[in-house]
Formats: sequence, C-alpha cells, structure tokens
Amino acid sequence: MPLKQAITGAEAVAYAMKQINPDVVAAYPITPQTPVVEYFAKYVADGVVDTEMIPVESEHSAMSAVVGAAASGARAFTATASVGLALMHEVVFIAASLRLPIVMAVANRALSGPINIHCDHSDAMAERDSGWIQLWAENAQEAYDFTVMAYKIAEHKDVRLPVMVNFDGFIISHGVEVVETLDDELVKNFVGKQEKIYPLLDTSNPVTYGSIDMYDYYFEHKRQQIEAMKHVPRVFKEIAEEFAKISGRKYDLVDGYMLDDAEYVMVALGSTAGTIKHTINELRKEGKKVGLLKPWMFRPFSKEEYQRLLTGRKAVVVLDRSASFGAEAPLYQSVKSAIYEVASKPQMGSYVYGLGGRDITPHHIRQAFEDAFNGNLIVDEERYLGLRE
Amino acid sequence: MAELKGWKDIPIGGLVVEPGSAKKYQTGTWRVLRPVFQSENCINCMFCWLYCPDQSIVVELVDGKPKMKGFDYYSCKGCGLCANVCPKNIDPKTKQPAADEKKAIIMKPETDFVEE
Repeated sequence: MPLKQAITGAEAVAYAMKQINPDVVAAYPITPQTPVVEYFAKYVADGVVDTEMIPVESEHSAMSAVVGAAASGARAFTATASVGLALMHEVVFIAASLRLPIVMAVANRALSGPINIHCDHSDAMAERDSGWIQLWAENAQEAYDFTVMAYKIAEHKDVRLPVMVNFDGFIISHGVEVVETLDDELVKNFVGKQEKIYPLLDTSNPVTYGSIDMYDYYFEHKRQQIEAMKHVPRVFKEIAEEFAKISGRKYDLVDGYMLDDAEYVMVALGSTAGTIKHTINELRKEGKKVGLLKPWMFRPFSKEEYQRLLTGRKAVVVLDRSASFGAEAPLYQSVKSAIYEVASKPQMGSYVYGLGGRDITPHHIRQAFEDAFNGNLIVDEERYLGLRE
Repeated sequence: MAELKGWKDIPIGGLVVEPGSAKKYQTGTWRVLRPVFQSENCINCMFCWLYCPDQSIVVELVDGKPKMKGFDYYSCKGCGLCANVCPKNIDPKTKQPAADEKKAIIMKPETDFVEE
C-alpha cells in the first residue's frame, strides 16, 4: 500500500534511497543538502540499508569516490548543493564522460558570492553542459519519484549517463509536504538489478578507466556522449510509463498545466511552478487563457516538445532563477532557440527572478503575464521580478 | 598505424577493454628527431636499452650476450634519452660531444627521412 507521509523533500529523497539500498554513498555536508545525507546516515547506522557510507573531506572527494565506486560496478549516490557542486565540477564531467550511472541529488542553492545559502538555480545551471541528465522537481513528491526513477534511466544500456535530481533548496528540501511513498518491495523490483558494463572489479576481464585520450579519439568519445543524450527522451518516457503503472503518477519530458487552450504560456523550473499554477487558477477565473509548461527534464533539452507545444501561442514568458551574465538566462536561451523555426512564432519575454532565495509571489507572476496580455514583451529584453530599482 | 575507428566502433567512456593494447598504439608518429644507430661504434653496454622509456631498443641475444640491433620506430617517440646516455657519444679525451662518425646513436631530424 502506498504510504502518505508528512516529510521534507530531503527526507523524501533519502527515503527513496533507503528503498533503493545503494552500494556506496559518499557525501560532504552543505546547506541545504545536509539533511538528505543525515537521514540516509541514520538508515546506515540503524542497519536498514547495506550501504557503504564514505564520509569524505570535500565534495571533490565525494564525487571522486562515487566515480570509483560506480566504475567498480557499484550503485553509487551522492548529494550536494551550490558551491559544493561547484567544487565537484571537474569530477562531474569525469562521471559523465566515463559513462557512469551515478545519481546525485542537488538541493539547488545560489552560488557565491556574496555568499548566500538560499534557493536559486545557478549551481545546476553551471553544470548544464557537463553531460549529466538533469531532472527538476516541483515538490517533494516529484523529488521522491525522480530519485526512484533515476537509476533505471542512468543504467539503461542506451544511456549510461549520470542523473542529477534537482529540487529547490529550503523550499523543497526543508518544507514539509505530504509525500506518497511506494512499498519497499515495489521500489526494489522497479529499480531492479544493475546490468554491469565493464566493472573494474571483474578481474578476469580487466579494463582501464580514465586513460589519456588524445586528439585521435577524444572527439569520437564526445560524439558517443552526444548520441547517448539523444536516447534519453525515449528511455525516460518508457521508464515514466513503467513508473506510472506502479505509482499512478505520470511523468513526461515536460509538465503542462492548463496548456491545451492557453494563449499565454509561462515556462519555469522547480517549485515556482506551484506558485504559477495557483496564479493561473486565479487568472483563469478572470477569463484569461493562461497555462504553464514546466520542464521536468532540462538536460537533454527536448526541442521537439517545445516546438510542438509552443507554436501558435500568443506569447511565451520564460522565468529563470539564474542569470547568465552578459547573455540571455539559460532557460530562456534554450526555449527561444528551440522555437526559432516554428510555423507560428509567439511573442517572447525573459524574466529573471528569485536570485539568492528572493521570494516570488503570485503578484510577480501576474505582472509578467500582464506584460504578455498587453503585448508589452520585447524578445531581447531581460526583465526582473521582485527586484528593487 | 592501427586503423582509426569511428565513434560507433569503440567502447564507450574512453575505456580500454583490451589489456596490453598500448602496443598497438603508434607513438612513432610523434617523433621530431629520429635516433639513428651506427652499429660499428656500439659497445653493447645496454645503457640505451636500460634508459629507453618506451622499450624501443631492439636487442637480440647472440651467444648469450645482448646485442643492440637498432630501434623500433613504431613506438619510438624520439625523446633522445638513448643518445644522451650513450657513452660513445662523448669524446673520452675532450669530454665534449664526439664527432658524429664516432657516435653509436645520432639524432637526425625526421624531415631528413620524408619520402618524396
């Protein structure tokens, strides 16, 4: 029987990992990720998981340890946030390029400086070209569900890429919500056993990981990574289908809310989608045809979905919780370039909000929608919600 | 040179799945200077064999004793260590580099060997 629990997003992720029972977890504490590993450490201490827990001296070491573990054929997990993820940066690329099916939970937090511990998406956006699959949760339920689904995606033979489960720091990681968790057995059977590919510990078939790759083969290996990413949307949809059968919750590359007849569509990642849905309900009462398109998956970025769903709309407003200094914000950039050649191009507007945990309210969302209603969007102008002039 | 394969025909992740496959990797193409063996000056001291970082010195046993036979140019990167450690490359009287015709190993630019 599914169990309804009042838990934080951090506990939801840890609970999913308890059910998965990974071989190795290596992590270093950083706000707001710390409770994920605290909860998990308790499962280890209580003996309810068989996991080898490695307390490491930094995030660079944490990612290095899970890279080694995954190469040896173990199921490995880590979690981090913000500058911790930044410190991992070098090894984040190595995990993807060695094609290791690692899962990492990221409680999204602003990057320094000035130092700030609250939510924005600059940490994950700095890793968007690292070769990791990025899933983005709107709430604790989605964080739980994506964690359950993550290994199946990562370990799929056509994929073999690491998965980053993103959930907003504090808002999701520390906010208590009702999360419907699945039975342990159901999760265990769903995740299944890993099909090992070239495990280092198979000494009768010795392999070398991480040897130098020169100008004669490096390019070919990068091309393989590009190809693997192309398989991800299909594999994700298949696994989402399977997951729907055991959970009743249906995921896709993007989530649509009131999208079918929407003339004005907002695009946003993470927990803000909840606030947008609330605002859409209000605007709908006023007769406004508004909708939301929330990417569940940001990497790979499935252009076809955006082309199919956004062509013919009156306007598309993209909200970014991170800036790209001197260029367009990352989500806006991706959406705008995806719909470059759609038959009927919508007006487009870019809004940056919520940096360093600045609150975003229905008032701000309404303000952006109203700009769209009034035809007051300028495609090359970046605007800011909740910023003092 | 082992034929270069396309991205569909190699293991993922840059993994090397065949032990000892470095032997097939032609590093000889990296060479800028080529060591040339002048056997008439060689005393078979085996210094070159001992110091060569790439096992590119070809040695044969003759009557139970090792004889320097030349270089494996498939792997030799032309680092010149062999020429540097060769005792015949120093004039015993002047302690200066010996004349080329007295040396056992001389380094020549690869461009001298380019086939027209």
